[in-house]
Amino acid sequence: MKREYVYQAFERFWHWAQAALITLLGVTGFEIHGSLKFFGFRQAVEIHNFAAITFLILISFAIFWHLTSGVWRQYVPTTGNVKAQIDYYITGIFRGAPHPTKKTVLSKLNPLQKLVYAGLKVLVIPIVVTSGLIYMFYRYPQQYEIISLNIKGLSVVAVIHTFGAFLLAAFFVMHVYLTTTGSTPTANLKAMVTGFEDLPDEDHETPHTARNERKPELVN
Amino acid sequence: MRRIIFALGLIGVVLLLVLNILPEPSAERTPLEHLRAEYKVTHKPSVDHSKFDALEGPFASPQEVTKACISCHTERHKEVMQSSHWNWDRIEYIDGVGIRKVGKKNILNNFCIGISGNEQSCNRCHIGYGYHDDSFNFGNAYNVDCLACHDQSNLYMKAGAGMPDPSVDLASVAKEVGKPTRTNCGTCHFFGGGGNNVKHGDLDMAMFEPSRDLDVHMAVEGSNMQCVACHTAEQHQMLGKSYSVSSMNRDRVSCESCHGDLPHADKILNNHTLKVACQTCHIPTYAKENPTKLEWDWSTAGQLQDGKPFAIEDDSLGVDTYMSIKGSFVWGKNIEPEYAWFNGTASHYLIGDTFDAQDTLQINTLRGTYSDPDAKIIPVKVHRAKQIYDKKHDYLIQPKTVSTHPGDSAYWKEFDWDKACAAGMREVGLPYSGEYGFVNTEMYWPVNHMVAPANKSLTCAECHTRSDGRLAGLTDFYMPGRDRNAWVERAGVGLLVLTLLGVLAHGSARYIILRRRGGGAK
Repeated sequence: MKREYVYQAFERFWHWAQAALITLLGVTGFEIHGSLKFFGFRQAVEIHNFAAITFLILISFAIFWHLTSGVWRQYVPTTGNVKAQIDYYITGIFRGAPHPTKKTVLSKLNPLQKLVYAGLKVLVIPIVVTSGLIYMFYRYPQQYEIISLNIKGLSVVAVIHTFGAFLLAAFFVMHVYLTTTGSTPTANLKAMVTGFEDLPDEDHETPHTARNERKPELVN
Repeated sequence: MRRIIFALGLIGVVLLLVLNILPEPSAERTPLEHLRAEYKVTHKPSVDHSKFDALEGPFASPQEVTKACISCHTERHKEVMQSSHWNWDRIEYIDGVGIRKVGKKNILNNFCIGISGNEQSCNRCHIGYGYHDDSFNFGNAYNVDCLACHDQSNLYMKAGAGMPDPSVDLASVAKEVGKPTRTNCGTCHFFGGGGNNVKHGDLDMAMFEPSRDLDVHMAVEGSNMQCVACHTAEQHQMLGKSYSVSSMNRDRVSCESCHGDLPHADKILNNHTLKVACQTCHIPTYAKENPTKLEWDWSTAGQLQDGKPFAIEDDSLGVDTYMSIKGSFVWGKNIEPEYAWFNGTASHYLIGDTFDAQDTLQINTLRGTYSDPDAKIIPVKVHRAKQIYDKKHDYLIQPKTVSTHPGDSAYWKEFDWDKACAAGMREVGLPYSGEYGFVNTEMYWPVNHMVAPANKSLTCAECHTRSDGRLAGLTDFYMPGRDRNAWVERAGVGLLVLTLLGVLAHGSARYIILRRRGGGAK
């Protein structure tokens, strides 16, 4: 085992800021939806709108960082080892079998993670963000300067936004739980806080990680 | 390098987007301070009418007063004679019906029903002298009652058929005239339907001297605005109308004419103004100080004690809940309005229209839906009644209620529906079959007055709530906090529950196996 600097400062900041924002958006969003009462409707709307704009800014920085650092490549889904990873969660984990995917600095995500995160990044979040922006800025097909989109009502937009929110909520639960499946139950959590994690030695690489990964331009 | 440029470009676009949508829309607002200052200025008349010889009197008849007025204001009577206040009807286009001359003259309501045959009492509020039946000469300028609206002495009083009460000293009243005040307007408009606040619910004698809580604009300790501050008149044609008798979207008074389309500092509130009328949030309740009539059941009228009519008073509200002449009433105070989409046009039940008496008949219908670009949600008082109709002809009956001479079949004297119906229908020129019944009817009265101070207006969750919200009845649009899609809700909650259960099962299995294995190793 080797202690490695896995998550850089920006990555951790991004992760936790995103976690906080999504939690806040979730709570306020479901309050606006009428599912729970916490802040009060008006406060919920104000917080939700503010958090949404903040989230957009964070996303734009994150996109920039991922593109310029090349880390985006880590999210490109692969077909290899998906089944092994699923088998691991279904049976292996109970037998104490080793993780089928070796985590390295250059390949932090297992195939399932890649698939799910890529799905979030290119599908769920864009859909929620887009429907959210329309929700926020659509007006009635009418006069004055507040016309923007010719949408007759909220029903479709709101339903899509709500469905995305349910997907994110389910992801949130699953994600929090899966953090406990590292080498120790809190290993992943600690890594995302400190940036450092004990990784298996890279000597015996799996076929997956052996592929020509471009070396990210690390910025400290 | 290309990637970096691409990324920078993308970020630029995103930032531009964010910066573009962040600032508030530059709304043209009319600051409240400006308005307050504007309405602080009190009207100073340019003449003192007490110095005019023409008004010295004495006046043998009220018509002579009018003659004196016209001797200086040589053209004003012509303007008045063009107005609805005078004509009690005007040409309206009613969607689905066509062009009709409608007004108090010929429209039925579900309070005292209508004026035909009852002019002697109803028309005490006509701005003319002697409109005691339909033979009244609308072309006689000397019948225009200038004093009703312009008296400032508070000594003027109208009586039967609009004539001044015999006790009124015309000469002293004529010397004290000026711009109409709440007293002038309220003397009639607060008492529509035969008593204080009976009809409108938002026009009440408490508004002669309203508190700030009752009406923020007219509050004596505030701007003390008079009716004519909003109901402005150009050549005696007043802005504002009642949709009990009007049909078209014109000559309306609007809050926006002073406050603008986007009056709030808060953008989220301004987002509402395209579909929600100001009144909806700013008049949370009406009939705040005195009760208004909500239901009127004519079918119970006519009970007598020892052959005499009587009344039963409700002690808690201080109003009659039963009167032999009119039937039973339900009154309410501090009422939450009902809500309706309204595009400024209404249709009306016109005398002689037939209907199915099984259904509730809408005497007037406010038009509008969510998808109608001209429609907004407005608060309404709905007055529900059971009123008399002809069972054979299936139309409403105009009964004769007010008696002018013995044996004239007036219901309020003789308590005989058959005779009252026959006499009333003769007045309107329609046959009466001899069989009457009572039909459920509804009237819609938009609520526009009794605007509350801002801090007492509706809060978000009074509408944005799952059940029993203020707008629970308006279901033709999606409202956040109230509505959801049943399928998405089911799928979403199901997914969430399955995930939680899965995680719990997986976690506990891991925990148990780990402990067992740990235990086994010991």
